[in-house]
Amino acid sequence: MAIRVGITRFLGTNCDQDIKNWMKHLSIDSNYLWYEDQFNIAEYDFLIIPGGFSYGDYLRCGALAARTPVMKSVLEFAKKGKPILGICNGFQILCEAGLLPGVLLPNHNRSSSIPTQSEASSFIDVSSSFIDVSFSFIDQWVDIQVHATQSYFSSKMFNSQKLKLPIAHAEGRYYNESDQLKSMLDNQQIWLTYDPLNPNGSLMNIAGITNVKHNISGLMPHPERALQNWMGSVDGEFFI
Amino acid sequence: MIRVAVKIMPRDVILDIQGRAVEESLMAQGFNIQSCRIGKVIECNINVDTKDLANSEIEKMLKDGGLYNPLTEKYEILTN
Repeated sequence: MAIRVGITRFLGTNCDQDIKNWMKHLSIDSNYLWYEDQFNIAEYDFLIIPGGFSYGDYLRCGALAARTPVMKSVLEFAKKGKPILGICNGFQILCEAGLLPGVLLPNHNRSSSIPTQSEASSFIDVSSSFIDVSFSFIDQWVDIQVHATQSYFSSKMFNSQKLKLPIAHAEGRYYNESDQLKSMLDNQQIWLTYDPLNPNGSLMNIAGITNVKHNISGLMPHPERALQNWMGSVDGEFFI
Repeated sequence: MIRVAVKIMPRDVILDIQGRAVEESLMAQGFNIQSCRIGKVIECNINVDTKDLANSEIEKMLKDGGLYNPLTEKYEILTN
């Protein structure tokens, strides 16, 4: 039987069409899942929660989307051990829904790396030297390293592989308690890291993680925006 | 109907970049400021008759309704 993919749509989701095009490019049948409706989990092989700004990032990014009817079915889907991929806002929603550990906080661009030219130009006011913190949207290419390959979405990857992917977010600074981070490291849940430059100040340079069972994965970069040479990279092909 | 407000602040361990940016701006303007943190206040009109019932309802909203994230935030119910 052909693989079928569910793509969730919330108010403010804006990468849904890109994900559908990606699936079409792979000859995979896909279907949109509206946020107000539950769905039959048996009809889907895996789910993708696309990026965007669900509910305008109100309250906390992903918090309101995580509590919608469609997420009841997503939780049921997750409990069955079936694969779910959250990209950007989808990653934030999975964290808020408790399906992935931790949380994504507003970017702190200068915490652990020298800003690149494009980052420097996005600071609030680079001419005012007293501002050493910055809360800004970053849209740029990043270098990613693969650390664990147990994720359903890393079957084509190998350990220590380098990927070139684009990011586009204002709240991508991964945060969790240190004991949680240690257990994530022990369970090989740290899937992708920014290497060598960390653009948003995430702890342990985290760009993507999985849950303990490795069926649920989330990442801030956009693999669906790196599928053709003209896009700047084809490394999105390694995810599915 | 009872009106309840809840103050939500980033936990002390969390780097509050918004607060830091405001703090540095105030310092640069010459204000005598030690530190500044930014949170939010949420005000709800709740369909109950007593303050106790309203408080227990807002506690439920905080814990089960996702009004705050205990990993990064702390809250205080403001009584008037």
